[in-house]
Amino acid sequence: MTSIAARTAAEISQRGRIRSAAFHGLFEGSIKVILIALTLLSVLTTVVIIAVLVKESIGFFTMADHPEISLWSFFTGTEWSPLLGAKPLFGVLPLISGTLLVTAIAGIFAMPVGLLTAVFLSEYASPRTRSILKSVLEVLAGVPTVVYGFFALTFITPYLLQPLSSSFGTYNAMGAGIAVGIMILPIVCSLSEDALRAVPQSLRDGAYALGATKFDVTAKVVIPAGLSGVVAAFLLALTRAIGETMIVALAAGGLAQLTVNPSQQVQTMTAYMVQIFLGDAPAAGVEYRSSYAVAFTLFLITFIMTWTGAIILKRYREEYE
Amino acid sequence: MKAIPSPETNMEQPTTTSTSHSHSGSPTIGEPMTLRNDTAIEMQNLSAWYSKNQVLHAIDLDIAAKQVCAFIGPSGCGKSTLLRWLNRMNDTIPGARATGKIALHGVSLLEPTLDVVDLRRRVGMVFQKPNPFPKSIFDNVAFGPRLHRIYSRTDLEELVEQSLRASALWDEVKDRLTSSALGLSGGQQQRLCIARAIAVGPELLLMDEPCSALDPRSTASIEELIRELRATYTIVIVTHNMQQASRVSDTTAFFYEGKLVETGPTDVLFTTPKERRTEDYVTGRFG
Repeated sequence: MTSIAARTAAEISQRGRIRSAAFHGLFEGSIKVILIALTLLSVLTTVVIIAVLVKESIGFFTMADHPEISLWSFFTGTEWSPLLGAKPLFGVLPLISGTLLVTAIAGIFAMPVGLLTAVFLSEYASPRTRSILKSVLEVLAGVPTVVYGFFALTFITPYLLQPLSSSFGTYNAMGAGIAVGIMILPIVCSLSEDALRAVPQSLRDGAYALGATKFDVTAKVVIPAGLSGVVAAFLLALTRAIGETMIVALAAGGLAQLTVNPSQQVQTMTAYMVQIFLGDAPAAGVEYRSSYAVAFTLFLITFIMTWTGAIILKRYREEYE
Repeated sequence: MKAIPSPETNMEQPTTTSTSHSHSGSPTIGEPMTLRNDTAIEMQNLSAWYSKNQVLHAIDLDIAAKQVCAFIGPSGCGKSTLLRWLNRMNDTIPGARATGKIALHGVSLLEPTLDVVDLRRRVGMVFQKPNPFPKSIFDNVAFGPRLHRIYSRTDLEELVEQSLRASALWDEVKDRLTSSALGLSGGQQQRLCIARAIAVGPELLLMDEPCSALDPRSTASIEELIRELRATYTIVIVTHNMQQASRVSDTTAFFYEGKLVETGPTDVLFTTPKERRTEDYVTGRFG
């Protein structure tokens, strides 16, 4: 038999529960609405950006006073001189090649260095060393890119490159590429390290138990098992490198030319856009609109790379489940 | 160090029924054993620590060659730690150390100068959860031989086939050796891990609860495999499952709180244990 006090307490708590359930329902509902609205904000921004890019690009390709501009001439043209000469030329290939050259240099520098650093952090470093090095990498990741641009211009080129060869100009693809490489190093490093550390310890144990040395375990088990994650890290870092603006605007030069010579100055897609928007190109003029076409091209390239990276990462995640 | 027997000779050896009673080493603690063979492993006064935490206390235990020895006991009793000292896997754990003596066929295992790579070639290990590498079935089995370069190129395929046959997996996988090992079922993966361990031609196989992640049918196939493999290998198996210990092992060692409580022939230990704690454990009164 329950006492009256206990029964009353039970009733009160039940009423309390009903009231608070109603309150919670309202609260939860409004939280959900706010979250949806915030999510829509980012979706909407993406859609608007793409819409603007597409609209302005179409405007560029259909300009009445420039009938010579077409998708074909844009994507196959080997000369980009929108501001010089009597007749501006809009062949985007020099800008793409400049961008890819800088990105390739950055990748050639950052991928091996980043992967080996990740191997060290994940497999060899003591927890203490690891935490110290990771905070150093975080500092590196926090350096504003304009500082890297200065670094390329005032240190890498004059003190590292020009002593090697006099062919390096003040502005050159190599210096900018190395600086971009240093900038993406923390990305390569921390994403690769995540991928390597995600390799189950049981696989390492299995290899050790077969008489593998630490190097065997790392080279023959851990890296192959984490490879798709490492590749995804590379792709994401390269995407970041392609989109990098400040370093190349400062250090790579301003002359769009179709070259693979790293000692020459090149103009990247991003640097061209900076040049146009900071310069005095009239709005709705052909140079102004051309930058949208360039931006859309850049967007397509980075989109494809991000997407590829995401697919690889997804496949990699499924591997151990 | 003793020469490593090639897997071929290992597999062609006839089933050892213990008719010869010559044995070396000190007699095993407990009752006189009905099965006697050469001693494979001798442990004397073995104590082990993880940092300051002592997990094994003065263990004296001999394990006979070409028999299955089961380590039983409640969780945390040190049986897995002991197993992991037999191939020095504890070296990978910071703070792990041991004193006393372990000898495998007369070779002392706790010497700092011991080449653990060579030791682990002679001592295969199968883990609690199947851990095939995310590589093809063939590459999994070939991993050890490639590592130690103990094959001539034409031999490798033969060696892989023999190892897979020995682990009773060949018929199920012979048509898909190049497909990923991760596509196999749990039981198949565990047999693949056994094949992978066998491929380097070990003398001793360590199994750390090899069936705990498997369903009953896969468990039965692994147990049958263990009974077949003991013709060729000395096997030490850690198990939580008392029925399993009684089904697969010749001798059993019962551990409690880091101490060896009792050891003897499995049928004796399970039917007429000398120690009260052993009886309580094997009858399921605790643990």
